[in-house]
Amino acid sequence: MAQRRTAWTRLTTPFANIPAGTATTLALAMWVVVIGGWAFLSYGRVVPNMFLPTPGTVLETTYRMSLDGSLFYHTLTSAKVVILGFIVSSLIAVPLGLWMGTYRAVQAPLEPLVNFIRYLPVTSFVPLFILWIGIGIEQRIAVIFFGTFFQQLVMISDCARSVSRDLVNASYTLGTKRSEAVWHVIFPAALPSILDTLRVTMGWAWTYLVVAELVAASSGLGYISLKAMRGFQVDVIFMAIAAIGLLGLITDTAFRILRARVAPWAP
Amino acid sequence: MGTLILNASSQTAAGPRVVMTETVKANNSGGMASANARAAGTTMAIEDVTLRYGDVNGVLALDDVSLKVAKNEFCVIVGPSGCGKSSLLYLAAGLNDATSGSIKVDGREVIEPGPDRGMVFQSYTLFPWLTVRANIEYGPKRKGLPAEQRRQIVDQYLNEVGLAPFADHYPAQLSGGMKQRVAIARALANDPAVLLMDEPFGALDSQTRGTMQKLLLRVWERQQKTVLFVTHDIDEALVLGDRVLVMTARPGKIKAEIKVDIPRPRSMDVILEPDFIALKRRILGLLHDEIDEDH
Repeated sequence: MAQRRTAWTRLTTPFANIPAGTATTLALAMWVVVIGGWAFLSYGRVVPNMFLPTPGTVLETTYRMSLDGSLFYHTLTSAKVVILGFIVSSLIAVPLGLWMGTYRAVQAPLEPLVNFIRYLPVTSFVPLFILWIGIGIEQRIAVIFFGTFFQQLVMISDCARSVSRDLVNASYTLGTKRSEAVWHVIFPAALPSILDTLRVTMGWAWTYLVVAELVAASSGLGYISLKAMRGFQVDVIFMAIAAIGLLGLITDTAFRILRARVAPWAP
Repeated sequence: MGTLILNASSQTAAGPRVVMTETVKANNSGGMASANARAAGTTMAIEDVTLRYGDVNGVLALDDVSLKVAKNEFCVIVGPSGCGKSSLLYLAAGLNDATSGSIKVDGREVIEPGPDRGMVFQSYTLFPWLTVRANIEYGPKRKGLPAEQRRQIVDQYLNEVGLAPFADHYPAQLSGGMKQRVAIARALANDPAVLLMDEPFGALDSQTRGTMQKLLLRVWERQQKTVLFVTHDIDEALVLGDRVLVMTARPGKIKAEIKVDIPRPRSMDVILEPDFIALKRRILGLLHDEIDEDH
């Protein structure tokens, strides 16, 4: 009895650690519940298959589209759009954000503007982008860029601003010049939180994918979802959603590994 | 020549005897003659420094503070929290600007921070992305010293603070006391004219603090450095210092100067000796006057 009580106490204690096995079991149980619920609703015809496909049909469709290469093709197109948009955005947001967080003179003009723009819905700019950039891949990349850049800028500038003042002061007393402080102290000190910001905003970039492929795309996971909607192919929509989720999970893990490699000192 | 100029308030301090000491302790008279050009061996001269936060009606943090630190002297400022002793150290480091007055190190006016004034902070300020070795090497690297010379300097100070086995550790893997030992080594690796220490052991437990004081004394005796050390701990001030300056609060002023005649090398047991206790009683009296005045 005592054994059971301690296990229960541990599970219900705030912030207490639980055994790794228990954690894995709980994680698996969650998926069993979700997929089980789905199977129950679809196989049991609680929801008509026209609206909710069975797990079997989705797997079948995935298998079929993997064989003819179309799944790979559309996934690649989408990944290209998201990753290019994300890279272009990050390449500008990281240095500019560092500057913004470091120098009040950069922050003062930029912050009001950025805070105005970042609350505008990305979708409202799609017609403009089409007029300005056309309907090529650049337009889709622009949507991803627009969705992530301004968020990244604000978050990275916060990362820079939260670097300890005494760390910078200490570097001055060791011979660092004012102009060197950004590169030699503020950037490395903020690096772990910058990488965390990139990981989080990478997730947001994926969420803009369907918006980006909403108009004038001829390939991509968002595009096949929209096409499938017109043909009532719910199984394809499910597959596309799962693929986007999986890709997100992969990039997220990649960023975690990158952070452990690049900033091994950070907890 | 060589006498310390005290400000008006400390000369009128009634109770305790205010010692007018010679700035240059009779340590090595040979250096005296050649030091004439440099104001008789004075390394740091703080003259009539006033610091006011905000505008003319702002808080007066430091009021007309003057002091001199002689070459190789261990000078300690002790005072209640909020008396401006840390502010004074930040001014000396060049991290902040005084409202008026001047601070000179080796005859040169302090206008910005520089490696000639190494500083050890109360908070942990090691660079977390650099190993212990790379932290100590940071200053020499900024100076552009060649790799071989840097390696020698780093090895010397790693041994000096007893952390050679931890050379490749990151700061996050070190205890608080070890971090401050690296911080001391890092500041000394630049061979500064004066080492500024802002309550460096304030965050440590009392046993570690004792160990650190012993280590600091050993390093100081061997390396012959000029130190300006700030603390609120009277024992610490008396164990370490050649001279203790007692500071008053709001506005910060130097109230008295006490020469610590306890012979060196000092052991940690020195706190039990009558001479020590007499000095401690005097400083306590000075600080108590201060607290009573507040009420």
